[in-house]
Amino acid sequence: MEILDILLTASFWAAAVRIASPLIFATLGELICERAGVLNLGIEGIMVIGAFTGWMTVYLGFGLWTGVLVAMLAGMLFGLLHATLTVPFGLSQHVVGLGVTLLATATAAFAYRLSLPEVTSPPKIVPFQPLPVPGLSELPLVGPAFFAQTPLTYLAFALVVVVSVVLYRTPLGLALRAAGENPASVEAQGLSVTAIRMGAVIVGSGLMAIGGAFLTMSAFSSFFFEMVNGRGWICIALVVFGAWRPGKAALGALLFAAFDALQVRLQQTPMGAVVPYQVFLMVPYILSILALVLMSRRAEVPAALMVPFNKGER
Amino acid sequence: MRLEPIANPSPARRLGLPAAALALTVLMASLLALLAGANPFATLGLIVKGAAGSKYALLETLNRATPLIFTGLAVAVAFRAKLWNIGAEAQLYAGAVVTVLLGTGALPLPSALLIPVIALAAMIAGALVLLGPVLLKTRLGVDEVVTTLLFNFIMLLFVSLLLEGPMKDPMGMGWPKSPALEKAARLPRIVEGLRLHWGFALAILSALAVWVIQTRTTLGYEIRAVGLNAEAARFAGIPVGRVMVKTALLSGGLAALAGFSEVAGLKGNLTLDLSPGFGYTGIIVAMLALLNPLGVVVAAIFVAGVFVGADSMSRAAGVPTYIADILMATALLTMVLALRLTHARIRWR
Repeated sequence: MEILDILLTASFWAAAVRIASPLIFATLGELICERAGVLNLGIEGIMVIGAFTGWMTVYLGFGLWTGVLVAMLAGMLFGLLHATLTVPFGLSQHVVGLGVTLLATATAAFAYRLSLPEVTSPPKIVPFQPLPVPGLSELPLVGPAFFAQTPLTYLAFALVVVVSVVLYRTPLGLALRAAGENPASVEAQGLSVTAIRMGAVIVGSGLMAIGGAFLTMSAFSSFFFEMVNGRGWICIALVVFGAWRPGKAALGALLFAAFDALQVRLQQTPMGAVVPYQVFLMVPYILSILALVLMSRRAEVPAALMVPFNKGER
Repeated sequence: MRLEPIANPSPARRLGLPAAALALTVLMASLLALLAGANPFATLGLIVKGAAGSKYALLETLNRATPLIFTGLAVAVAFRAKLWNIGAEAQLYAGAVVTVLLGTGALPLPSALLIPVIALAAMIAGALVLLGPVLLKTRLGVDEVVTTLLFNFIMLLFVSLLLEGPMKDPMGMGWPKSPALEKAARLPRIVEGLRLHWGFALAILSALAVWVIQTRTTLGYEIRAVGLNAEAARFAGIPVGRVMVKTALLSGGLAALAGFSEVAGLKGNLTLDLSPGFGYTGIIVAMLALLNPLGVVVAAIFVAGVFVGADSMSRAAGVPTYIADILMATALLTMVLALRLTHARIRWR
């Protein structure tokens, strides 16, 4: 059984965790936005701008962590645009989100062409290198999977814990969740729904951009126009699949990434010789749709998701 | 700050704010040109000249506008019912695949019969592609934004599979492209010698047809009612689910005509780069047209002009052609904001 053989290799699990990392960043980002009541369809474009700015910063000679920081700030800038238009002005979150995605994607393409007009093959940077945790990385299967990854992967998993704690164990998290469930109650506490929602969208967009930066700075070492390739939309499905909970969403991302790693490996088997490779590449997208269908019955959608809040209006 | 509705906006507000949005877009264009080290006035001039400066340029713009009218209509029809069809790209390719399937010798019909049959079949294919996500929405409550977006990726892979497998042109020197359509299946040019095909006329007719449906039929009324307030519409006895499905069939069919018209009118065969994002640009077209079907024609020609003009400007002035995408996204965002501010004023408190 080829599938079993694949499942027992350490490289498979290492790949699954690696593939999951950018998805975890972006899914957490989207989750924060949606928990505060804002659907952020800018995610796809914000991942592109993160991938580009992070890579460009390093290409210009700055350090890798500076690149991550620049990517995050660029993402937050587009988040600010999204938040301004959707929160105080209450514009359609669908239209603004798609507009932000188009704007961010086009900005990255324009800037790339402007700074590198002549190149035919995309230039490379030296990406983040694996940083094995002494001792733990020696464990069978689990070691290479979880403890011999790049620092950005560790950061992704640490953020799952941080976001969970903030959401469920702090007054800030309570206010944020309330802004997405019952915004009037937030105002009754003397807090500003506008400020909380805008903050959530800006921070969430920063995380999405780091997810994009992971692609150029940890997974690959160059920037391509098509590199995000629908990952943002997949993350929106993952938020639903994870029932708007950080832990479950991260688990969903891992499960999803495992299937993705599996389809790549199945292409090399005798099965891959019979089935066209495009069928394997469809798997992630089909899985995302299936996940949405499966969860549709027991969705716990934030009650005020996509409902604009205008102070004093009922 | 909060927004206070204005019941009857003044004409100055109605005209001034959209004009300001347009001015902001032009300002953005100038800034980008400066960034690229080009003269902003020259850049804008080259875009206008490239879009409408000669008979050739104008025809090129109208050719580029044709698929955008179809996808713009598809989006306008759907958004009117608050059905968020972001999958026009997939529906376009479904129409294109059917056009190749039936237009390469499968049907021994005369041209006058063959072309309408293919167009109808393409529409059905596009409608079916959207039917899935819409049934998931009406039956299970699955958000159609994400499903239609994901279908775009699935469809593109499916087309790639066809073009490297069963639909590959055996004479294509190994390139992933379909065989060429037979002559009888090709849309002729409107005027012999001018590079503009009947797809453009069909697009205009479609816009008129959609306008009639929206303003003169019960379905049009129901679509509007569902879009304004689905709960109220349900209460008034309108079968919301069924209206959604009808809207989807119309929307998917229109988007598929874009694929049909590009293959049968312009390209003559199917490749993976048939659409440089016509499905997504259709959203911008529809929003700039305020979802009005006749406005879609104007908006599509404007948007096509910017893209065609930017292409030719880019060759002459060296400003990357992606300036067009930035400008269109800017126009979209500033225009929705302008519309909001037409009907509400800001109160700082």
